[in-house]
Amino acid sequence: MTTTTYEPVIGLEVHAQLLTESKIFCGCSTRFGDEPNHNTCPVCMGFPGVLPVLNKKVVEFAIRVGLATHCEIARYSRWARKNYFYPDLPKGYQISQYELPLCEKGFLEIDSGGGKKKIRLTRIHMEEDAGKNIHDIRGDYSLVDLNRTGVPLLEIVSEPDLASAEEAAAYLKILRAILQYLEVCDGNMEEGSFRCDANVSVRPAGARELGTKVEIKNMNSFKAVEKAITSEIARQIETLSEGGKLVQETRLWDAEREETRSMRSKESAHDYRYFPDPDLLPLAVDGKWIAEIQASLPELPQARVERFVAAYGLPRYDAEILTGRRDVADYFETAVKIHPNAKAISNWVMGDLFRVIKDRKLDDALRIAEWPIPAAHLAAMVKMIDEGKISGKIAKTLFTEMLETGELPETIVKEKGLEQVSDAGSIESAVDQVIAAHANVVSDYRSGNEKVFGFLVGQVMKATQGKASPQIVNETLRRKLASA
Amino acid sequence: MKITREEVHRVATLARLQLSSEEENTLTEQLDKILQYMEKLNQLDTENVEPLAHAVDIVNAFRDDRVANEPQTESLLANAPAREQTFFKVPKIIE
Amino acid sequence: MSLHTLTIHELGAKLKTREVSSVELTEAVFARISATEERLHSYITLCRESALGEAKRADERLKARGDNSPLLGIPIALKDIFLTRGTLTTCASKILGNFVPPYDGTAVKKLKERGAVIVGKTNMDEFAMGSSTENSAMAVTRNPWNLDRVPGGSSGGSAAAVAADQSIAALGTDTGGSIRQPAACCGIVGLKPTYGRVSRFGVIAFASSLDQVGPMTKDVKDCALMLEAIAGHDPADSTSVPAPAPAYASFLDGNAKGLRLGLPKEYFIPGMQPEVEAAVRQAVRALEKNGVEVVEVSLPHTEYAVAVYYIIATAEASSNLARYDGMKYGYRAQGKDLAETYFKTRQEGFGPEVKRRIMLGTYALSAGYYDAYYLKAQKVRALIKRDFDEAFRKCDVIVTPTAPTTAFKIGEKTDDPLQMYLSDIFTISVNLAGLPGLSLPCGFDGDGMPIGLQIIGKHFDEATILRVAHAYEQATEWHKRKPKL
Repeated sequence: MTTTTYEPVIGLEVHAQLLTESKIFCGCSTRFGDEPNHNTCPVCMGFPGVLPVLNKKVVEFAIRVGLATHCEIARYSRWARKNYFYPDLPKGYQISQYELPLCEKGFLEIDSGGGKKKIRLTRIHMEEDAGKNIHDIRGDYSLVDLNRTGVPLLEIVSEPDLASAEEAAAYLKILRAILQYLEVCDGNMEEGSFRCDANVSVRPAGARELGTKVEIKNMNSFKAVEKAITSEIARQIETLSEGGKLVQETRLWDAEREETRSMRSKESAHDYRYFPDPDLLPLAVDGKWIAEIQASLPELPQARVERFVAAYGLPRYDAEILTGRRDVADYFETAVKIHPNAKAISNWVMGDLFRVIKDRKLDDALRIAEWPIPAAHLAAMVKMIDEGKISGKIAKTLFTEMLETGELPETIVKEKGLEQVSDAGSIESAVDQVIAAHANVVSDYRSGNEKVFGFLVGQVMKATQGKASPQIVNETLRRKLASA
Repeated sequence: MKITREEVHRVATLARLQLSSEEENTLTEQLDKILQYMEKLNQLDTENVEPLAHAVDIVNAFRDDRVANEPQTESLLANAPAREQTFFKVPKIIE
Repeated sequence: MSLHTLTIHELGAKLKTREVSSVELTEAVFARISATEERLHSYITLCRESALGEAKRADERLKARGDNSPLLGIPIALKDIFLTRGTLTTCASKILGNFVPPYDGTAVKKLKERGAVIVGKTNMDEFAMGSSTENSAMAVTRNPWNLDRVPGGSSGGSAAAVAADQSIAALGTDTGGSIRQPAACCGIVGLKPTYGRVSRFGVIAFASSLDQVGPMTKDVKDCALMLEAIAGHDPADSTSVPAPAPAYASFLDGNAKGLRLGLPKEYFIPGMQPEVEAAVRQAVRALEKNGVEVVEVSLPHTEYAVAVYYIIATAEASSNLARYDGMKYGYRAQGKDLAETYFKTRQEGFGPEVKRRIMLGTYALSAGYYDAYYLKAQKVRALIKRDFDEAFRKCDVIVTPTAPTTAFKIGEKTDDPLQMYLSDIFTISVNLAGLPGLSLPCGFDGDGMPIGLQIIGKHFDEATILRVAHAYEQATEWHKRKPKL
């Protein structure tokens, strides 16, 4: 019996909440975390007689994203109603775009280790978010909060160009970075401002026809997306290999059991009855407006990688990681402007700082203000190392102190007496003591065993509590050992 | 026949109407008659006609991105059939 | 003198000179309501207390003078489709039977700002779906000219109230003739302005691309004054047109000389009541005497209008009425779970005609039928609009009968929805094309029922319609007749 090899085919649908002050069709605040139904009005609550009026900023943000992802911007687009019943959808329809979306036919470039790959974008359209249903576990009722109803969303739909969970994750990361660079979305997956559904199918390797498509929902972190897709691909291959059949359906990712499970869908056959929304005028975007937005676009992640390599001489690897988030890249550049040792700063950011961010779970938020060490402090610390004021070893201790206290490195160094000892006199006396205390080792060295030199250096450093300048210790030690 | 009883039932489900069996019968008959009448539109060749969604030909009505609404939760919840604190209370939603 | 029988402009003069007070006038109107309402059922809700308060405040403003609003202190009735803050607004439906809005719609706000006194909320066909007001979940309104006849619809309560002097004027809404047809049935003036002329904000939507708010009045001058008060751009309604609304009353000089009047041959059809055709032709001759030039025009797609309308209007309605689901406001039926609550709420909350239209509209939009029905209807809608564009190259206004017959008997058409739909045949095209149209009385049939003359204008040219209507009214006495109640 021959075994068929399968290849996955994945397309992603991202919903990104836009960082506008007010909702898409009314003047309510988009603020997150308020009392239930606090940010509502007759319009977003779908009262009788209300009408929507489009927030211009939403269109501007959508065009920004469209341009940054190489889309064609439609000069004429329109609003449609998507009709379905749900308690979090107060009008019984969602205002969205259907046949004539604002942006179409774009692409993104990803690199998940196998070189650059173009992922095509089918479309980007604007729509309103729904509210939130809270299901009481004990009670026989649910609660509805409409604060989120009407928060502007972009729906960004990719072609099924992704071939693995890793590619999907790479795509999401670059897409999120772009949205953050454009300052249109904070990209917070846990709070739901950046949400992703995946369409996954598998087909015999090399086949042209697509397999049965399954939609996966409820993935609220990058890790969840990767795991869910991996698990779903495995499930599909297993089913097919055992001669089973797949059904086109929506499955939910269960993060605890780490598997997707079928939704017992009440309305299996959706019929959304889209039609043009008569309450909203068609949207006409002229070349002048597009040009203005184009001119205002910030430097995007891929351009920034190139610049980091060229201007700071960073390895591409460093440049790609640093530019993965706009706030990280900004942080890095702020530090480098203060103290131009790009590689050293890069090492600190990518090493120690990232570890802290990860430990403190600041990973998903664009909240540089909450970072424990400001860029200026990090720059000052690296500068102190470079100037020989502290040793690299002490710097690790200092970093932890800065993290705890938020103080300037100079202040901590002074308070804790962490300055590097560079004066020859005190190092010489420490060296003398070490030589006197380790006569055996010293004679070993003198008889040609170079290896023990490191041990002696260590002893001197220990005697100076790590504060001695390693360079001076080396010199002094060699001279003394050679001279007797 | 332009519409069957099964289709009437399907459409009623989409529209969330729990029609009685008698209503389904009457509606099948009435809708069928109305849809027969609609048939007359097919006499017209509309191949090259752009559909008209808005009778008055204008585009773009915008508002500025400004928070303009004062919270008025209480008056908005005043009509709610059921509530809990400032939530709407609805029959249990089963996923 | 019976104050309630007067017009806005007649009363305006008396109020300004303080010959009468708004409180007196309002009392007179409520006295008239007390005397007649049991027979007519024009109103769903009466606002006696708040009306007297508003009248008192209007009197204070009148005392202070300097206030030029022609509506200051004038009692006005609102179709129960207009949201009124703090006052029950039912749309004549069980599903909104207990709904008290938290806000005022734009037209209502404008009337209140101008000092109008809100008498009450008038009866209508449920969600404005109907041509006889028989589809109300609240009551059957009777025609003041003959209590066995319908007042027309859907703004039948407003029409009956104005005709019976239960209000000085009223607001209605018109999606396919719902202002003009009841105005014709009750022998008053009713104007559907150009789509986009009056804000729809705060008006319960039936079919959003067709709905328009308009005045229902005792004569043409009142109609102009009311339109002036409510017209104009509203930032809260994206489809309202950012064009200034002229001072309509200033165009009324009793003269229509030199204007070209188009008569569409397709509007004089077999099956039409002969007295209606005769009255309309008589009216055209009267206008000719006034110096208008009559030309024949053609609106070849007229026969498709009813089909187009009942696809587009019901499709939009099926979506607009989805919000009545028992979750946030209005009626909620008890169901064992969410799904059953939805089904039972809507099943019990909506009346038969509303359900019929929701069904038709849902069907027209559903998968597999969209192109054949909805899209096709939109295309034919374009052809109907094109007909008018062509016709208006040859004329300034188009004149037709408002309805093929005078008011029919209560119960006469309730069993045959299609026959009922066909009674809108002369008014529907105007909504599809977004044009302004006015109905005014132009005679009576053998049974003493009023006949309506429809005058259709170009987009945003209400002024010319009003001018022609006024010239005709000056030359006739029809508007002065009152029903004997």
